[in-house]
Amino acid sequence: MTLHTPSRSLFRWRPDQQWEGYLFILPSFLGFLIFIVLAVLMSLGISFSTWGLTGFRGVAGLANYQQLWRDPVFWQAFGNTAFYIVTIVPMQLALGLTMAVGLNQAIRGVTLYRLIYFMPVVTTIVAGAIVFRLLLSTNGPVNQGLAALLGALDIPFTPPNWLGSSQFSKWSVVILTLWKNTGFTMVVYLAALQGVPKELYDAAHTDGANAWQRFRHVTLPLISPTTFFLFVFQMIGAFQLFTEPFVMTQGGPANSSLSVVQYIYLAAFRDIRMDKAAAMAWVLFVFIFAFTLLQNFMQKRWVYYESE
Amino acid sequence: MRGVIASRSGAPTRLSLPAQVGLHTVLLLFSGVMLAPFLVMVVVSLIPNAAFLARDFSPENFSLQNYVRTFQVVPFGRYYFNSIVVSVSVTVLQILISSLAAFAFARLRFRGRDALFLFYLATLMIPFPVTLIPNFLIIKALGWYDTYWALIVPGLFSVFSTFLLRQYYRGIPLDFDEAARMDGASSLRIWWQIIIPLSGPVLATLAIFVFQGAWNDFLWPLVVTTSEHMRTIPVGLAAFVGQYSTAWDLLMAGSVIALLPVLVIYILGQKWFVEGIALSGMGGR
Repeated sequence: MTLHTPSRSLFRWRPDQQWEGYLFILPSFLGFLIFIVLAVLMSLGISFSTWGLTGFRGVAGLANYQQLWRDPVFWQAFGNTAFYIVTIVPMQLALGLTMAVGLNQAIRGVTLYRLIYFMPVVTTIVAGAIVFRLLLSTNGPVNQGLAALLGALDIPFTPPNWLGSSQFSKWSVVILTLWKNTGFTMVVYLAALQGVPKELYDAAHTDGANAWQRFRHVTLPLISPTTFFLFVFQMIGAFQLFTEPFVMTQGGPANSSLSVVQYIYLAAFRDIRMDKAAAMAWVLFVFIFAFTLLQNFMQKRWVYYESE
Repeated sequence: MRGVIASRSGAPTRLSLPAQVGLHTVLLLFSGVMLAPFLVMVVVSLIPNAAFLARDFSPENFSLQNYVRTFQVVPFGRYYFNSIVVSVSVTVLQILISSLAAFAFARLRFRGRDALFLFYLATLMIPFPVTLIPNFLIIKALGWYDTYWALIVPGLFSVFSTFLLRQYYRGIPLDFDEAARMDGASSLRIWWQIIIPLSGPVLATLAIFVFQGAWNDFLWPLVVTTSEHMRTIPVGLAAFVGQYSTAWDLLMAGSVIALLPVLVIYILGQKWFVEGIALSGMGGR
């Protein structure tokens, strides 16, 4: 018998295992085939067909996509989703990093703070949305607090109608999402910060770098792979916002907070336009894919990877 | 895996007292913002709506009456039962199915293995809305609409869980399998008696993840259920908002009821939870 290194013997031919491998995979593979592979193919097919209440009614070619192109509500939903992405993603990264830097100090209570900051992440979004409906109602606690604060400072204040005006409805969704997800960003950043070798700070210190310079030139480059991961992850999440606007504003008023996924839901299950909904899902997919590729391409410019 | 959080090599040296006070002030402020919605939820759930609207928080207003009424106006007990059945089934079965596949992908040899695994990985990019509509149609075609099958079965197959477990299983020395095989153990026995017991922490992390995901899932149960007695908690809660949009006392009681199990699990399993997230985040490296 010859000795094998683990990686060698992993690929050693073992005729007795041929069929066993397939059996172990089988349950997973069946589900994968039906609910992922078949589903993706069907979805693509439906988007090029006429498909309503009764199912397939003919080939539509690009008609569903052309219809989307001319649909002002679709553009509005896309614009709103873009708004969510450009507000939520950077704000969440900044807040999460601030919290993580605060917790990455030699102080007491880190575990307790972390427990608290992460609590909203595990919260059922529907319950979170309901409590923010209360907090942000016109004469709710948030407006009361703002009125008291600004009143004390003698600043004139008209309470914003957070949920019921097209001007603020998107911001309500942003506020809820920040509350809900920032703890996640914080936890991931904290782990990254704790992986930065202390010697690098000491070296920078010896070279006379102040706290800000150390953060800017040591910390930020070293955690840039994490920033990249979080950026892409949060962007994909923001592209797919659904429950937050669905429960908090129902996408209103006048579709001002309607997200793309919400519009997909309405097209499919309110208007029974499966074809249009499938086409929208594919447009969304293409956008997510393109932006992820773009980020992957751009990362060469700003993401720093330690050479092994 | 514990080392990721425990090693504080990046932590700067001790701060001066004023700096500590300043830092705690900021951290407490953040804590206040994060906790305020929970506090409001609990307080409003304990007082009548009229008292809340009048901002009358006198002690005699506080009671558990709203909880009793919530269970009377909405079949919350049934929602609870459904959520437990669905979340527990999805967690246990998804992990079993993923673990079997991950074991094969990591430790068995068969033709097409690596190509198939790559194919699995490629589908991780596909966003949920793409498969939502066809899966709804598949469920209808199977006659599963508005049943537990619809709520559970599509949730049993997770490429992400398979991927995570495969990574972990690859790290366990193959000598263990070899030795067991010498003794005549079958692959199934190796999986169940060697690999599973060795993957306790990763299974705990994954279980908590999958459970909270299933418990909080909203869009899928919303789409595949129609009758009141098939609703899970988030769907029931959302329907509740539709009916009683400003009955804050009942809505807040319902929200507290909905949150309690996940919050308890989270606080008890904090370590696995937070470290698991940190770990999956570090996967980006």
